[in-house]
Amino acid sequence: MNRAELDQLRDRARQAKGEQRVRFLVCYSTPCLSSGAPAIRAALEEGIAEEGRKGEVAVVATGCMGPCSRGPRVTVQHRGGQETAYERVTPEMARVLLRRHAADEEGPPEHVLAPDLPYFTRQTRWVLENSGRVDPENIADYIGRDGYAALGRALHEMTPEEVCEAIARSGLRGRGGGGYPTGLKWHLVRKARAERKFVVANGDEGDPGAYMDRTLMESDPHKILEGMAIAGYAVGADKGFIYVRGEYAVAAKRLEKAIRDAERLGLLGARVLDSSFRFRIDLRLGAGAFVCGEETALMNSIMGGRGNPSPRPPYPAQRGLWNQPTLINNVETLGAVAPILRHGPEAFAAIGTAKSKGTKIFALVGEVRTAGLIEVPMGITLREIVEGVGGGMSEGETFKAAQTGGPSGGCIPREHLDTPVDYESLTALGSIMGSGGLIVMGQKSCMVDVAKYFMDFCLDESCGKCIPCRAGTVEMHRILERITSGSAVEGEIERLEELCALAREASLCGLGATAPNPVLATLRYFRDEYHAHIREHRCPAGVCRFTDVPREHLGDRQAAQMQSARSEMEGI
Amino acid sequence: MSVITLTIDGHLVSGRAGQSVLEVSRDAGIEIPTLCWLEGLSPWGGCRLCVVELKGEQRLFTSCTTVAAEGMHVVTRSARLENYRRMLVELLLAERNHYCAVCVVDGHCELQSMAARLGVDHVRFDYLNPPLPMDISHDLFGLDHNRCILCTRCVRVCDEVEGAHTWDVRGRGTTERVVIDLDRPWKESTSCTRCGKCVQVCPVGALFHKGVTVGEMVKDNSFLMDIIKRRRSAQPFVERRRS
Repeated sequence: MNRAELDQLRDRARQAKGEQRVRFLVCYSTPCLSSGAPAIRAALEEGIAEEGRKGEVAVVATGCMGPCSRGPRVTVQHRGGQETAYERVTPEMARVLLRRHAADEEGPPEHVLAPDLPYFTRQTRWVLENSGRVDPENIADYIGRDGYAALGRALHEMTPEEVCEAIARSGLRGRGGGGYPTGLKWHLVRKARAERKFVVANGDEGDPGAYMDRTLMESDPHKILEGMAIAGYAVGADKGFIYVRGEYAVAAKRLEKAIRDAERLGLLGARVLDSSFRFRIDLRLGAGAFVCGEETALMNSIMGGRGNPSPRPPYPAQRGLWNQPTLINNVETLGAVAPILRHGPEAFAAIGTAKSKGTKIFALVGEVRTAGLIEVPMGITLREIVEGVGGGMSEGETFKAAQTGGPSGGCIPREHLDTPVDYESLTALGSIMGSGGLIVMGQKSCMVDVAKYFMDFCLDESCGKCIPCRAGTVEMHRILERITSGSAVEGEIERLEELCALAREASLCGLGATAPNPVLATLRYFRDEYHAHIREHRCPAGVCRFTDVPREHLGDRQAAQMQSARSEMEGI
Repeated sequence: MSVITLTIDGHLVSGRAGQSVLEVSRDAGIEIPTLCWLEGLSPWGGCRLCVVELKGEQRLFTSCTTVAAEGMHVVTRSARLENYRRMLVELLLAERNHYCAVCVVDGHCELQSMAARLGVDHVRFDYLNPPLPMDISHDLFGLDHNRCILCTRCVRVCDEVEGAHTWDVRGRGTTERVVIDLDRPWKESTSCTRCGKCVQVCPVGALFHKGVTVGEMVKDNSFLMDIIKRRRSAQPFVERRRS
């Protein structure tokens, strides 16, 4: 396929869409799938067949529409452009919607999501522009929304260097949490001299409560493929791997279909869009290890080895897959590439703060009224996210803290609600931007218990290669367990802090180095809660059950004995 | 071969390009504690005992995996490093079961002597004492998981020197264990050549000769560098024959 044919395909897709009078978009993303979307789709299709409205009324299974806490979601589009969004739809309700909308009547007012809901109006959708709008399994839908146009532009109008430069100018930074400037990374791999180079998309998202990457892969798989192909052209790679977490079956299935469809149309493969650029993409499924999201472990896993991290340097840009320079980006980072080339890097750089540009996807969960996936401009304050986009705290809850960055991040307390969300500000607060998990907690959450939960997660997910992480997390968890069960004594917090420092500085990879963050952040802002647990046997949030009594620590007794033995010896 | 010059603990030392910080340091007579590292095997970077500070860098680097570079400023001894090293040994001692008094390598154990060298006279952390099995199915050798510190020297020597790759690891975190073939009893291994290299390089009492009792197992890994040196001198002939 060449660029003219791509344009034709785009026009045809738009025309086909225009012929449909009413379109029922049914959210087919994992949250809605599990709350009953297939039954709704079946009911709608049955209804259309019964009423003989095939052709003029269509049902489209799309990606995530948000807000996920109010699924299953259905959006009805009329040819004129008017749209109505429905929440918590049932199959019976779907029949009613079909009857009314097919007859050009107003739908039932119940279950309508107001279009001026802050959840919708306060978002800025770049990476998620197609999410909930296109059928992820239909490549024509994506092309109809200017899909693969950016790839065509890059291949035919830009040099690889110009592509890297455009990404650098946009100010895009790694969305997996590290925040490394993407353009710089691309330049590094482009300049590296080697026989072969590789591009890897990291879709091994594993933070508890986070599902940005999953949603993106499920909702708009072609955008990631397009981003990877552009990256491949820019750095001089002919092969890409997309590494998907094993639990993401839906995402893997859709990506696989997307790769096949794109190859069939000549948008991937031997001669991409009739140019001399060659690029193939392979899908790799993880086997359920959190640590495989770490880039060196991920590469070991792709090469068929055990998912153990290796020391850096050498960085993947120097020596990655099969010792060749490798570009690794998070899927969300790659998802931003095509929109940046289409709308121009300046438009992307105009959003956000001085050092953090563009938009970021967050999985807003916890005690908020409207939970779900959101894409907001960088620099938005946490207060705007919680009280604006999220619609405020749930019934009867008051804000206590927000956890960002999952098990590698920290909590942000009430007094810092007005901090802008960008890489530097969150790091200064002792948390991290992370991949985008945002858990809002109310007064009923015990911060020691939260720290214990994340430590439990880390000790479970430690690969076991280095000691600070393998044994250190277990010992830290033991101390937290003692604090929450009532057997802790004075001095445990100090020992905990010592272990945190060791893990942070001496661990091999990011998993161990960031594992203490939830503990350190809660100690920083909620130290009095730790004291209340140890000194008063009281859990201010009422979560912990104190079933144990304070116990003298064996190590302390040993230390005292050693001390007295030593002074005796000195006496002799 | 180009020569590089760097500063280690205030001393100006020189080394060959491509050498690790640890190698340069040892050549200069500056000892850095190690456990998982063994001359002749590929560096692993797991025990973290050899961490050093590099001037201008926030985080610590393992000297065994860091390539020495011209003008580097390395600090191998500081209060911070000594403290971390002690804690690492404490964590190792607490992790499984290291009661020296009933161990076959008592008196000849690298972990034991490392603890003594670093001044670890007590352990401040909880002893985890997980109930782990032993494998004494083999007629010559025994494996005691309770003593294992997961340094993977056995895995590496078997793969890199013997070429059998009988050993590997399974599980992760605290459930990680060294395994034979696909986790089967040693006796049933089809790849094991009974060479015993793994037993000799094991720094602790996890691998031992059957029949020894407390303190009787003395390990000798001097064969390793002999083999490697001979291989290096044979290399040109092997390559000539190939071409």
